[in-house]
Amino acid sequence: MADKKATRESYGAALAALGESYDFVVLDADLAAATKTGMFKKKFPERFFDCGIAEGNMMSVAAGIATTGTTVFASTFAMFAAGRAFEQVRNSIGYPHLNVKIGATHAGITVGEDGATHQCNEDIALMRTIPGMTVVCPADATEAYAAVEAALNFEGPMYLRFGRFAVPDLTSDLIPEYNFEIGRGVTYRKGNDVTIVATGYMVHLAVEAADILKAEGIDAGVINIHTIKPLDTELILAAAKESGAIVTAEEHSVIGGLGSAVAEAVGEGCPVPVLRVGVNDMYGRSGRVPELLEIYGLTAQNIADKARKAIALKK
Amino acid sequence: MDNERLLRLKQLANSVRFGIIEGVYNAACGHPGGSLSIADVLTYLYFEEMRIDPKNPKWEDRDRFVLSKGHTAPALYATLAERGFFDREELKTLRKTHSRLQGHPDMKGVPGVDMSTGSLGLGISAACGMALSAKVNAKDYRVYTVVGDGESEEGQVWEAAMFAAHYKLDNLVCVVDWNGLQIDGAITDVMNPTPHDKKFEAFGWHVISIDGHDFNEIAAAFAEARTVKGKPTVIIARTVKGKGVSYMENACEWHGQAPKEDLYRVAISDLTAIEESLR
Repeated sequence: MADKKATRESYGAALAALGESYDFVVLDADLAAATKTGMFKKKFPERFFDCGIAEGNMMSVAAGIATTGTTVFASTFAMFAAGRAFEQVRNSIGYPHLNVKIGATHAGITVGEDGATHQCNEDIALMRTIPGMTVVCPADATEAYAAVEAALNFEGPMYLRFGRFAVPDLTSDLIPEYNFEIGRGVTYRKGNDVTIVATGYMVHLAVEAADILKAEGIDAGVINIHTIKPLDTELILAAAKESGAIVTAEEHSVIGGLGSAVAEAVGEGCPVPVLRVGVNDMYGRSGRVPELLEIYGLTAQNIADKARKAIALKK
Repeated sequence: MDNERLLRLKQLANSVRFGIIEGVYNAACGHPGGSLSIADVLTYLYFEEMRIDPKNPKWEDRDRFVLSKGHTAPALYATLAERGFFDREELKTLRKTHSRLQGHPDMKGVPGVDMSTGSLGLGISAACGMALSAKVNAKDYRVYTVVGDGESEEGQVWEAAMFAAHYKLDNLVCVVDWNGLQIDGAITDVMNPTPHDKKFEAFGWHVISIDGHDFNEIAAAFAEARTVKGKPTVIIARTVKGKGVSYMENACEWHGQAPKEDLYRVAISDLTAIEESLR
């Protein structure tokens, strides 16, 4: 069984470690202990700036820093990065296409007990509508670390989505020498009957779902789409063609996120059934994470159910 | 300031005002009122105060300017053209479909524009980021920004004010273009943001209040700002919205509309009279 670690932990560890060899500054909005940028702050206090509880200002400050040629990470919870500061991200960072990396943690339902106001299920949708914005949602600790390093070697605005809740580190288990490439999906296994396309927290559940289906004699493929924009359309269309049915899985609203992006690509390039697993146009609520995942249908069992339905819809 | 220098600045500012009117008239839309009010401050910044090189607009060590009240782009473009960043003729393309002179400043397209702005409240924060970056990277460039008095109703202006004081950004100067008017009327009637001096002082800034059309006072204020250590400076510049064009002065209806031909001629004749008085 793979080790469990939250992607936000890996984000903080990556900033602290990569601060040795890369020159960048980190901003936070009074959440350094939670976003884990505190790990960077401890090691490089002269390159860390707390902006206080003022996320809009932080995003525009980050843009100003980036105009001078300095790479900057701006961190807060996804709700405030993509939600409250949407307009600052769009107009100050996106429109001038500045080299700002937005490290957004506590995305999705797995925030748990804090409840609906802090469970952002809309950030992928919001961020992917911004022209030129790259949107990355790592599946586990190893991938999160690799994504931060890739961000440092990438010029342009990027939204990185991290979770609060520990997730099995499948990447280190399954892929010994992992090479993370922005915009390039990762095929975990190929399938002839259906392909599950998952992102972030849902990737390990997609693998579980494929195992459930395998026991029933259904050959399900699994693709990890860590970059929702730009989408690896080529890989997704190939899977659509080979398996003839797609199920998407994301810890995000079914509106506007991975499911929408995949449905758009498949609808235009290789029309086959696309069924979506995600939060069904609802707010979150307080509770223990495993119970919330059950309530919102973010389970391997639900992915498997949708896969059977998708197969039944094939012509 | 000696008379020759003063006269030259007045002539340059009047030429900038011609540029504003040409741009807005040819666009048949835009924001002349607040552009005319800030023309003297911008002229001083670009011709006296800032360390810049029009031949090398991306020069790493240049002073930076952020027009936080981005809708007064016609004033910025006219000043940049006057200073030689691009040809004056181009001002006539303002807001047109294939022009790089967008309705609000676009740093990707226009030489000399250091930050894209337009959405109010965002520019002053970006200026803070530039000033902070200078501190982090041990650079000695200075950062200037102009905020509208109406714009200061945006909460982000005060988030930025907190930030600048907290990080002791003494390389940052913010000018408040205090013309007293916004789209819906007098700022004190629409949503009173005053008193700016006491508010900025309470936020930890060094405050200087001046007549924003008096070059001696403008020069003295920027000189004083250079001597202030450990805190940012705000210059509250009392100005006249529409300054220089008779019918636009202190008239909030000229915030965001262009004159048609008859009134364009009046504007040109007003500015020509000023030009002649400066000979």
